[in-house]
Amino acid sequence: MTKQRANWSPYDNNGGSCVAIAGADYCVIAADTRMSTGYNILSREYSKITKLADKCLMASSGFQADVKALQKHLAARHLIYQHQHNKQMSCPAMGQLLSNTLYYKRFFPYYSFNVLGGLDSEGKGCVYTYDAVGSYERVGYSSQGSGSTLIMPFLDNQLKSPSPLLLPAQDAVTPLSETEAVDLVKTVFASATERDIYTGDKLEIVVVNAEGIRREYMDLRKD
Amino acid sequence: MKLDTSGLESVAPFLGVSSELVGGLSGAPYFELPNTANFDRFQKDAIQMVKPAKGTTTLAFIFKEGVMVAADSRASMGGYISSQSVKKIIEINPYMLGTMAGGAADCQFWHRNLGIKCRLHELANKRRISVTGASKLLANILYSYRGMGLSVGTMIAGWDETGPGLYYVDSEGGRLKGNRFSVGSGSPYAYGVLDSGYHYDMSVEEAAELARRAIYHATFRDGASGGVASVYHVGSEGWKKLSGDDVGELYYMYNPITPSTVEQEMTDVAGP
Repeated sequence: MTKQRANWSPYDNNGGSCVAIAGADYCVIAADTRMSTGYNILSREYSKITKLADKCLMASSGFQADVKALQKHLAARHLIYQHQHNKQMSCPAMGQLLSNTLYYKRFFPYYSFNVLGGLDSEGKGCVYTYDAVGSYERVGYSSQGSGSTLIMPFLDNQLKSPSPLLLPAQDAVTPLSETEAVDLVKTVFASATERDIYTGDKLEIVVVNAEGIRREYMDLRKD
Repeated sequence: MKLDTSGLESVAPFLGVSSELVGGLSGAPYFELPNTANFDRFQKDAIQMVKPAKGTTTLAFIFKEGVMVAADSRASMGGYISSQSVKKIIEINPYMLGTMAGGAADCQFWHRNLGIKCRLHELANKRRISVTGASKLLANILYSYRGMGLSVGTMIAGWDETGPGLYYVDSEGGRLKGNRFSVGSGSPYAYGVLDSGYHYDMSVEEAAELARRAIYHATFRDGASGGVASVYHVGSEGWKKLSGDDVGELYYMYNPITPSTVEQEMTDVAGP
């Protein structure tokens, strides 16, 4: 008796890549704006970045329907938090909430590969990187999505910071300036676009610092 | 399903062969084939079922001065290294540690949940929970999810009223009390170093060095282990992180480079 197999899958992969880099007093979050399914492009201008709290943004690649549902869920929880605590959620708090939200669907996961970026309560840049079921860690930089295997080695080469596990501890935050970090992100996506069919069209860059949130766009190859 | 291999036959079957082969059919030898849909994959799938898939190295042992806990920090997704800085030693509370092997999310979530339950126990009973109790709480939770695909291979190490305690708990529902454990794909290598160097009466420094070496050797030979070797000690006052060393640097510490004589000769010749 052969095992029964379903003839459809609830998941799809809409492709795309996301990156986040943490600086001493800023955080850069970037993602391409191409949404595809199989070999088809559904949109050249789909944003994968969403603002969850005042100084906390999330970029997600994977199955955008699950991403949308996840974003809505987190926005609702944030609203409740604001009602109950009369303040915005900090980035580390949102980080833990996202992890728990993902794990509660451990047996029917959100097909969403997330990177959370923002400022922590001391104003330093913080980036959290996740897998699909909620395991997370705070890092100095991260990339997720279809181009991540192309992007990550390049970021390791340029930004490799001492591991937070080392004793005596060394700071994990990048020594780059804000403009240098933004340039690095543009370079990285231009390269990823060359070799990943699911990455391209346009790059959306969001920079969070003490002044607030700034958005920038750059064209990528559309082929 | 029986293949007709009479075309391959060159000699008549022996007389001594068992009757079910010779009798019944024409006597053509056949071999049993697995009754699966995908003939080419069944063997690989069968191996995957029994293969312990936890790509990591963690270890813990009890000695005179308490419990020593150590782990690597590599997380792999198939062949891709997804992180070199994963915290595999989880601080459940100031006197109890848990190690992570298997699914990162499963271990992180359930260890945090265990920490919450331990704190609730303290508040309800006005005393700290024992290592026996904490490990039982976790084991019972994991047992209730048995068969649903959780992957957790953890050691609970702590110091309670009865002294140092160490338990191994896994997602199959197993829970073992012991003095020495190593969990993960690198554990055979770690056991080799750990078992040969272990004495009950070690000092804290000696035990830490033993634990560090064991993790280092496992990362050297196991592709799924690497990153930073962290070593923690659990004593009567609680746990303390003793060291975190990049295993690449540990290699050069244990195998220092000495310039060979050939190189020295060449620099002499290369003079003006």
